[in-house]
Amino acid sequence: MANEERPTTTGFSVIGKRTAMVDAAEKTTGAGKYTDDLSVPGMLVGKILHSPYPHARIKRIDASKAQALEGVSAVVTGEDAPVTYGILPIGHDEHALAVDKVRYVGDNVACVAAETEAIAEQALELIDVEYELLPAWFDPEQSMKAEAEFIHEGRPHNIEKEYHHVFGDPEKGFAESDYVHEARYIANEVTHAAMEPHSTLASFELDPHTGKLGRLTVWSSTQVPYYLQHKLSLVLEMPMAQIRVIKPLVGGGFGGKSEVIPLEIIAAIAARAAKRPVKITYTREEVFWAHRGRPRTIVDLKTGVKKDGRIVAVRARVVQDGGAYCSYGPVTILYSGALLGAIYDIPNVGYDGYRVLTNKPACGAMRGHGTVNVRFAFESQLDEICAALKLDPKEVRQKNFLKPPCITVNNLRVLSYGLPDCVQKVAAASRWKERRGKLGRGRGLGMGCSHYVSGAANSIIRSDMPHSTVNIKVDRDGGVVVYTGASEIGQGSDTMTAQVAAEVLGCALSRVRVVAADTDLTPIDIGSYSSRVTMMAGNATLRAAEEIRKQIASAAARKMNCAPEDLVFREDKVLNNNLGARALSPAKEHRNAAEILETTDAPRGPSVSGRVEGQILRGSLQQKRKEEGPKDWMTFEEAVVAAIDFHGALTGTGSYAPSLDARGGKFKGAGVGPSPAYSYSAQVAEVSVDEETGEVTVHKVWAAHDCGRALNPVSVEGQIIGSVWMGLGQALQEEMVWKDGMLMNPGLLEYRSPSSVESPEIEPFIVESIDPEGPFGAKECSEGSLAATIPAIANAIYDAVGIRLREAPFTPERVLAALRAQKNAKKLNLTEGVDPTSPARFREHGGALWFRGKGPQRHPRDPAITGQQGSAGGDD
Amino acid sequence: MKKELISLRVNGRTHELAVEPSKLLLDALREDLRLTGSKRGCDDSSCGACTVQVGGIPMLACTLLAASCQEQEITTVEGVSEHGSLAAIQKAYGDWGGAQCGFCTPGFIMTVKYLLANNPHPTETEIKQALSGNLCRCTGYNQMYEAIKSAIEAEQQGLAASK
Repeated sequence: MANEERPTTTGFSVIGKRTAMVDAAEKTTGAGKYTDDLSVPGMLVGKILHSPYPHARIKRIDASKAQALEGVSAVVTGEDAPVTYGILPIGHDEHALAVDKVRYVGDNVACVAAETEAIAEQALELIDVEYELLPAWFDPEQSMKAEAEFIHEGRPHNIEKEYHHVFGDPEKGFAESDYVHEARYIANEVTHAAMEPHSTLASFELDPHTGKLGRLTVWSSTQVPYYLQHKLSLVLEMPMAQIRVIKPLVGGGFGGKSEVIPLEIIAAIAARAAKRPVKITYTREEVFWAHRGRPRTIVDLKTGVKKDGRIVAVRARVVQDGGAYCSYGPVTILYSGALLGAIYDIPNVGYDGYRVLTNKPACGAMRGHGTVNVRFAFESQLDEICAALKLDPKEVRQKNFLKPPCITVNNLRVLSYGLPDCVQKVAAASRWKERRGKLGRGRGLGMGCSHYVSGAANSIIRSDMPHSTVNIKVDRDGGVVVYTGASEIGQGSDTMTAQVAAEVLGCALSRVRVVAADTDLTPIDIGSYSSRVTMMAGNATLRAAEEIRKQIASAAARKMNCAPEDLVFREDKVLNNNLGARALSPAKEHRNAAEILETTDAPRGPSVSGRVEGQILRGSLQQKRKEEGPKDWMTFEEAVVAAIDFHGALTGTGSYAPSLDARGGKFKGAGVGPSPAYSYSAQVAEVSVDEETGEVTVHKVWAAHDCGRALNPVSVEGQIIGSVWMGLGQALQEEMVWKDGMLMNPGLLEYRSPSSVESPEIEPFIVESIDPEGPFGAKECSEGSLAATIPAIANAIYDAVGIRLREAPFTPERVLAALRAQKNAKKLNLTEGVDPTSPARFREHGGALWFRGKGPQRHPRDPAITGQQGSAGGDD
Repeated sequence: MKKELISLRVNGRTHELAVEPSKLLLDALREDLRLTGSKRGCDDSSCGACTVQVGGIPMLACTLLAASCQEQEITTVEGVSEHGSLAAIQKAYGDWGGAQCGFCTPGFIMTVKYLLANNPHPTETEIKQALSGNLCRCTGYNQMYEAIKSAIEAEQQGLAASK
């Protein structure tokens, strides 16, 4: 393939073109079906009873009254499915419905399946649960000190997992440094808040042989259909072969649907008990309780540099507030360490990571998984160092670039590295040199960089199995059907698949139909997470299509009296590349084919037969051309017919597993962080700060992202903008606010997801580093840009008004407190006990909301009430 | 609750429905009429995914009683496609990346239809303000503005061609 020659994108006919997503019309017309849009005959509505307490033992559940209510088909509790599960093999600590204890406000206790939602809600009121309160922990640093009443047995001091990594010699590095900077950074908890609330529909069939419940079909809003199939099999104690998981359209995931969410199993348990199909759709409030978002993260960071800004050593201690269950926790805390130092060339890195359990909803994977909050800390600290040493933050970054191909100090293999181009692009576009520090007080520019994996090189369940397999069949009339387990969640997975297949086969995109994410039909792909789909499912598609192309070429070559290698597949035709100059270099292959297209009298665009209506006419036309003898070119359809005549059925399979040398080191925890390729991002944000109100306005973000190759520039730009925008939300306004373990802002309005008027212009720049292992050189583009935005804004605020905010989000209250501290003004009552420039501890009533209502009843020995009284101030 | 017979005029057709007086317009559309294009993204009229037009005005169907919308012309996203083909705004949202996961898209389409019907040449600020009642978590809105501008151009070219 001409790939090695690094041709420009214009050398391709399908990829690199701005393409509407293959499912765009379904989405803009409302015709597309998401899980909650589905219904099947006899379907019941499921409603879940949630715990009102953050930590309590369940002494008794009496559901008899609910069961007796007219219209109720079943009430299920923990007893109905006592098997534990969890997304990680090392973290099976969840019950679909609580068995002995509840561990957060919102934990799942029972589920009613009834004829209507109203009846189900009425039935929930009739379930009588007796609880015994237990002490609860909300602050991870306090939770780590617990001596008894641990949240989970077998997790002493409520520490889910801790890792201690040393690469090089950090202490020696600090000793050799000219300047060492140390500070604590805190990023508060955020959640995905995908627009589609989670929904699951579960339906059993009767087995014709036993007459009892047999196969189970589950439609669910999931990013990981195969993991769901696996966990359902585990909890329901059924073979996976008896379970079919179908993923309809999914209304956004961002990681919130990348593990098995309780309702997905509860719906199946309820359907089994009711012997009728059951659909459960979360309310928006339940979505917030299900959570699995980005944990509140405390980063104690120390960086040592030489006088010129060359980084010598980094040490970080990271504590993550993981919530009540393991979820992806160990992976999250490992990503924080693994990607901390791997974007720059840092010889000495020390890392201590603690994932801590608390009595709040479980945190999990969220866009930029584990890397975002440490990146905020690191890039902010780099800016602080630059300020102290009077260096240009851009130049300091340039001094510390990796020199690829290389292996980082923590064993990550880097082959393609577009960060230098990214920095150059945003610096030029924002006129960094001319404008930074010169916009006057109140307005400033800040820079941040980030990177991310293009798929985890090691799957959750470690094995040598392919991470993705794709089947393709081609029909006699040239219809190409691609079967892939990859999960479209709005990021453009299906479109990418269709584009790659069409490019390899040289056929029109409209010929390709993608059948995706149905465990009965599609071969295994482990899901849409860790930005792995383009790299892995893309490569699998590429290989499957190449297999098909080979079969077509061997048959077409016979018809055209040439060697199969001489054939070029392009613009819905198969062409003999030897027509003109015979010995052209591979790099010129495509241009030469284009020349042939110019010289043949073949109509462009739709093929000859495509213009003729009716199969018979089409067949006779093909027959006529067949009889014309050897030719220089064939239509795609003719070539397909030749191949089917010659080989029989035309099918191809391709699979992908990351190469062994990309899978990382051998130390404990080395499995997380390695990837076949890394994406890179550099950003400059321009902000202004209102010193009266503390309000920060972001005017523009310039964001350059190295995505290897942009297969579909519209989608790549959309992903860059979307990532930056979500980072902006976390930087300025999004935050989960807690009171006694209860979420105070479980609604989209209170959570303050930015609306159009709060969203700045984001100018994306695509950098193509053409990765040697990516499909056509492509890498990820959906997550890596998020992390750079938060420090870019923090650094811009510093440039504007000289305050260093070390706690995100940078709400008006925090900005104002820092501004007043800068002027030595009296602290506002509003922010008493709060110093955003030096955040120290968990503030239960943090953020802009102050709640004076009654929270859940608390255990008298509860450390959260005995330990910190009257800490945060109110506005009264 | 006892059901009552109501009549709703949706996308140019009249439907008779037996619904509880408490039935929300969104549920009547989604459950009784199987028009599932309008989405439920929240429960407290904060996201705009359920936006439909009632009497030409964009309204949130999740907080309207179905029975209160009788004798009004209701338009849902299913009524936007023109003669079985995509309306200019729908085509543009697809071409310019205005829709990613697509869950918020029907609500946005209804809002934008209203904006363009009442202000055919909105400024960027007017567009931003008009969209501020609809939330999207995927796009950061930027590509929607491009889509809207391109739809306006397409409409103008269509008008010019028909003259």
